[in-house]
Amino acid sequence: MVQLNIAEGETIIHVAGLKNSFGDQLVHDNLDLDVKRGEILGVVGGSGTGKSVLMRSIIGLQLPDQGEIEVFGEPMIGREEYEAKQVRKRWGVLFQGGALFSTLTVAENVQVPIREYYPQIDAVLLDEIAAYKVAMTGLAPDAGPKYPSELSGGMRKRAGLARALALDPQLLFLDEPTAGLDPIGAAAFDELILSLRRTLGLTVFLITHDLDTLYAVCDRVAVLADHTVIAVGTIPELLALDHPWIQEYFNGPRGRVAAGAAKLKTGEAGK
Amino acid sequence: MNAPADFEFDEGTLRFTGELTLARIGDLSQRLAALSDAPQTVDLGKIERIDTVGAWLIHRIVRDHDAKVVGVDEDVAHLLEQLGQADKPLKIRPDATPPFIRVLREIGDGTIAAASSLYGLLGFFGATLIGLWGLITHPRRFRFNAIARQFEVVGVKALGIVGLMSFLIGIVIAQQGAVQLRQFGAEVFAINLIGRITLRELGVLMTAIMVAGRSGSAFAAQLGSMKLAEEIDAMRTIGVSPMEALILPRVISTIILMPLLGFYASVIAIIGGGIFCWIDLSIPPITFIQRLQEVVPLTDLWVGLLKGPVFGLIVAISGCYQGMQVEGNAEEVGLRTTASVVQAIFLVIVLDAVFAVFFSSIGWI
Repeated sequence: MVQLNIAEGETIIHVAGLKNSFGDQLVHDNLDLDVKRGEILGVVGGSGTGKSVLMRSIIGLQLPDQGEIEVFGEPMIGREEYEAKQVRKRWGVLFQGGALFSTLTVAENVQVPIREYYPQIDAVLLDEIAAYKVAMTGLAPDAGPKYPSELSGGMRKRAGLARALALDPQLLFLDEPTAGLDPIGAAAFDELILSLRRTLGLTVFLITHDLDTLYAVCDRVAVLADHTVIAVGTIPELLALDHPWIQEYFNGPRGRVAAGAAKLKTGEAGK
Repeated sequence: MNAPADFEFDEGTLRFTGELTLARIGDLSQRLAALSDAPQTVDLGKIERIDTVGAWLIHRIVRDHDAKVVGVDEDVAHLLEQLGQADKPLKIRPDATPPFIRVLREIGDGTIAAASSLYGLLGFFGATLIGLWGLITHPRRFRFNAIARQFEVVGVKALGIVGLMSFLIGIVIAQQGAVQLRQFGAEVFAINLIGRITLRELGVLMTAIMVAGRSGSAFAAQLGSMKLAEEIDAMRTIGVSPMEALILPRVISTIILMPLLGFYASVIAIIGGGIFCWIDLSIPPITFIQRLQEVVPLTDLWVGLLKGPVFGLIVAISGCYQGMQVEGNAEEVGLRTTASVVQAIFLVIVLDAVFAVFFSSIGWI
């Protein structure tokens, strides 16, 4: 692996020698990855390179064949359920489709993790917390009492994000947060992630296919290919590498358009 | 480190200490609400950490008492400002309607749903007939492979479970009949009971219920998930008629198979009853068969066989109809599958009663 940029600060996620396979199919082999405090790390890779499997391994939904995983300095593999729970409540996860509980309203969905971990919080405060969390993710107030089936895809993702943020996590996992959103919704979601990072001091592990999102929000990008992380670094640093997949990914027609748009935006901000 | 959130209150100044976080907040919210005087100043200079929940509580004090916040750095000020922007009233649950109104509304909705479902089923039946007529006039569009496949799924694979069910039902009828008739010393009449009730009623009725649960539900679930995946729209776009490719093979095969399965079920039930009679009542099989021939009129067989195709039609149509009604989300597939089974069994039993009246009035008693 090419470690281009040793990010400053404490390591929040440490993955070393990870191996995952399904039957004969090898997904990860000897994969190493470190995520530093306060950064937004984008994870990219072709379809089937195991981006989601990597996320699922880190959050403990997939038991790897080999390797070690540490989150907040705590080893996560083979932990007692109670100890794992203590670590788990320090992170939030947004699944691809939002994964909202369909029998609960949006606001009740946001309350579920709080009720589970902090039952002592009184009902009034609980409702207020749900209200400001929903508002922080940019949902209209009338979305609170709606059921997930009444929401559009973009609203469902925002609601999912509100639930992921329920416990004020230090670490946020986002699985393709802008997939399936229209460009306006996707841009708004990028803004939202940046604003939340500023407000809450989040570290973000972001899986995405969206080049605009990569340029707009990610501090560093990890590239998954050949069963492992082939490079980690800022986009200019990755571009300096002579790896065919990386070149094709960022210098393909779509990559160039996204890069152009990102330049334009920073130019405007500079004026 | 990690001191729970706490505060002191003197001369209009609230001085917070410890961690103002969700985990350490404890009953701070209630204690703040119980304050006697309105604070004018909030001092956050001595807190260890703050998250959005802590910031929310501070925001609430500032908002309600118009207090001033001191001792905050840039980050906390930003957080407080963001929370101020997020302070919008939000309903947690939809408005609850009074129970009386809700019950009335549910009865009304249920009635309309039942009526419109029957109406839709009738329309679907019509569409199926038109589709059938299209097949008869253009026999080359007949899909033998699809029908053969459904024969296997609906018929051959059901033989085991239908057989087992019928065998046990035969034994139960024989046993219950024998217990009651023994009181009159007329145990031998148990054979009449077994022969007539299985051929005429239970064989085909129980089979229809089993097929509704096994295949009708499968039809609804298959077509429903195909509908969700837009497979059916794709078929229409390509020019394949879903009626001919999906629905008619299922309907035709179920119509043909139901009387066969019903007959098979009756035979197995009679075997079950016969074995019981042999073991428990000491009636040898030969006598059992002779007695069956004497007491069971041929019309009983016709009654069972004639009902079969009708029941098959109902089960298949209601499964396919409910499947084609799926829209929106995966939850709908489950609801429609349940609805198809309930509808099919209900209609089968209603029609069975109609048939009973009909056959006895034409003299097939």
